Amino acid sequence: MIIELGHFAMVLTLGLAVLTALFGISAGRGPFAAGLRSVPSLVVGQLVFTALAFATLAHAFLEDDFSVRYVAENSNTLLPEIYKFTAVWGGHEGSFLLWALIMTVWMCAVTLRGGHLPERFRAQVLGVMGLMNVGFVAFLLFTSNPFERLVPFTPSDGSDLNPLLQDFGMIIHPPMLYVGYVGFSVAFAFAIAALLSGRLDAAWARWSRPWTNAAWGFLTLGIALGSWWAYYELGWGGWWFWDPVENASFMPWLIGTALVHSLAATEKRGVFKSWTLLLAIAAFSLSLLGGFIVRSGVLTSVHAFAVDPERGAFILIFLMIVVGGSLLLYAVRAWQLAGRATFEPSSRDFFLLINNVLFTVALVVVLAGTLAPIVYEAITGGKISVGKPYFDMIFVPLMLLLAAALAVSPPLNWKRTGFARIRARLGIATASAVVISLAAFLFIESEVPWQSLAALALAIWVVAGHVQDLVLRVRGSRLPGLAYWGMFAAHLGFAVSLTGVALTVALTEERDLVMSPGQVVEHGGWQVTFEGMSSVRGPNYIAERGTFRVAQNGANLMLTPEKRRYSSGGSIMTEAAIDPGLFRDLYISLGDPLDGESRAVRLHFKPFVRWIWFGALLMTLGGFVAVLDRRYRRVKSPAVQAVPEPAS
Amino acid sequence: MHPTRRKRMIIVLFILAGAGLALGLVLVGLGENVNMFYPPEDVVSGKAPVETNIRAGGMVLEGSWQRDGQTLNNEFVLTDRVDAQFPVRYSGILPDLFREGQGVIVEGQLNARGTFEAERVLAKHDENYMPPELAGMGEAAQE
Repeated sequence: MIIELGHFAMVLTLGLAVLTALFGISAGRGPFAAGLRSVPSLVVGQLVFTALAFATLAHAFLEDDFSVRYVAENSNTLLPEIYKFTAVWGGHEGSFLLWALIMTVWMCAVTLRGGHLPERFRAQVLGVMGLMNVGFVAFLLFTSNPFERLVPFTPSDGSDLNPLLQDFGMIIHPPMLYVGYVGFSVAFAFAIAALLSGRLDAAWARWSRPWTNAAWGFLTLGIALGSWWAYYELGWGGWWFWDPVENASFMPWLIGTALVHSLAATEKRGVFKSWTLLLAIAAFSLSLLGGFIVRSGVLTSVHAFAVDPERGAFILIFLMIVVGGSLLLYAVRAWQLAGRATFEPSSRDFFLLINNVLFTVALVVVLAGTLAPIVYEAITGGKISVGKPYFDMIFVPLMLLLAAALAVSPPLNWKRTGFARIRARLGIATASAVVISLAAFLFIESEVPWQSLAALALAIWVVAGHVQDLVLRVRGSRLPGLAYWGMFAAHLGFAVSLTGVALTVALTEERDLVMSPGQVVEHGGWQVTFEGMSSVRGPNYIAERGTFRVAQNGANLMLTPEKRRYSSGGSIMTEAAIDPGLFRDLYISLGDPLDGESRAVRLHFKPFVRWIWFGALLMTLGGFVAVLDRRYRRVKSPAVQAVPEPAS
Repeated sequence: MHPTRRKRMIIVLFILAGAGLALGLVLVGLGENVNMFYPPEDVVSGKAPVETNIRAGGMVLEGSWQRDGQTLNNEFVLTDRVDAQFPVRYSGILPDLFREGQGVIVEGQLNARGTFEAERVLAKHDENYMPPELAGMGEAAQE
């Protein structure tokens, strides 16, 4: 009975979402004027009912109710309790329920934290988000219903959660990613509300910024977690594959990063107004496109969600309505929003423009590479794949240009900056960056590609420039606000990630080889001894475990990679053993058994690989810290009035 | 020129430069780095180019997988289950879900004798999942 309650709760949510959209978008005018006041309660109602539906599904998982089809497909009596709960979003239907839940949480956050917004403007924002939620909940109910029963043929046990998903990283990766994806709906709704009301001023940009930063922070975290998970769980030791599904999360991130920066220029200088709106629309549209790529199975990917053409068609139509509708509105209204400010090439405005151009070009490159196989097949019927060489070839120079622009940016003023100021505030940093880079180059003994050296030098320059700027500001009259610290952390994070990528790519030593018990090999300066295999029993799997002793200069450690066979379904999983370190990871995974006791073994020595994710964490932190800046918490801005009548 | 207009000119020029740069990069990049996919019948009929990086795929023929017990060398045959099949050589560790009867994709080069020298072998993480490139092969077999 309980699961039907959940189903019913989602039907109610759909009704409330429709009302939110109607009352919110009409914003106190027209036939639905009376509904304006009820928008906040409608939003809370959506959250309550969606949370209830989520709870009933979680209950069905914890109680092993295999009469629910979704539970039967994604759980098993042997599954540990914690994974029974996380299996709620382990499959397609449940992960979409989580998506809808997160959407209502964002809406509630806008309702609660948006008290300083004009009532009508807030109602319009919530109305647009409500309209999006109508699409999400309808998708859930009509194409991906997790509440469906399997009666009368109820299986006695479930077919288990995909073993790859029985893991800590997988518990938190999808929720963080969804919080980011869905969070861009707030920036999107702000943009649409601005177009509807014709209001786009500094106050508007100031309202949008914390929401955009927060969503961007979560998306950054989600992508980093996904990369980390793939690294330790897939057993190949890679951290980014340019897989379509990875690209699907990376595309909104690229445009979201551009948006975070262009919003800064729009708020402070009133420039790039209509461009900012376009980015806000694009960021959310790309989140939806990501959903389409993942769910429709049009592209070959390591992410194997159950594929259903009906779902793909639904998302595609929804995507076209969202993109088409908002671009139409944009075409009609955006020209009224021209800014008046001017700036010179030596200005922060101009460098934010460079940032935006580079991130947009990066997006176009990733988008083209991701969609090329679909387009090619539609035109010629042939099949192609676009792999790592394409993305690497274009992405590396783009990121180097970006790093160079970032390194020069700290001393820049809005509008224009004199050369004397740049020299005074960046000179020491530049000189020390040159010295440190040269020292670092001498220290690196092995042969390293020029791209890595350039990236390393630029990363050092970025850090040095930002540190000099920080020192000058702290010495100055007053301490910078949290927005500055957030920017500092995020830019530092970029430099750290860049260093990690450059050094990992250049210095990784990886080898596949055959080892027999007792054999010793030298790898990355470590002595690796294969001690032998043993058998281990886990809660729902049996594992063959290899024992490796790894030694260097007296340091001695044991690594025990496993090959697990899961009892239900019999799938086999490689569980790599990793010794993590700040400056290097040692990574061992097992291949197949060979003659006698010998074994195929994969050894990786990966210097600085942690820096990639550590940098992403710094970026995330930067996004969150910036949200807390005092400027965004001002109760009422003097510019707040009723939303003006739209110009006809 | 009026400063506002000049600023707008700068922006427009930048957008055009960005668009041109993006388009150029994409075209050059795609031109150089695209891997064509060939099903077994194209590999057998000679439609697939020799000594060029390509992708091919098919089902691993039952009973064809041979592994040298001393090294990492593997040999197996990929088939479309109708009439075309070709041998593959691969030295390395195969993915967990590689087994006979499964659909796999191989990346590498076809040599002059018709053997595919694979540099990478891809199998999917879900037993029920079929790579889109191979969709249709299973059905063809049943006809």
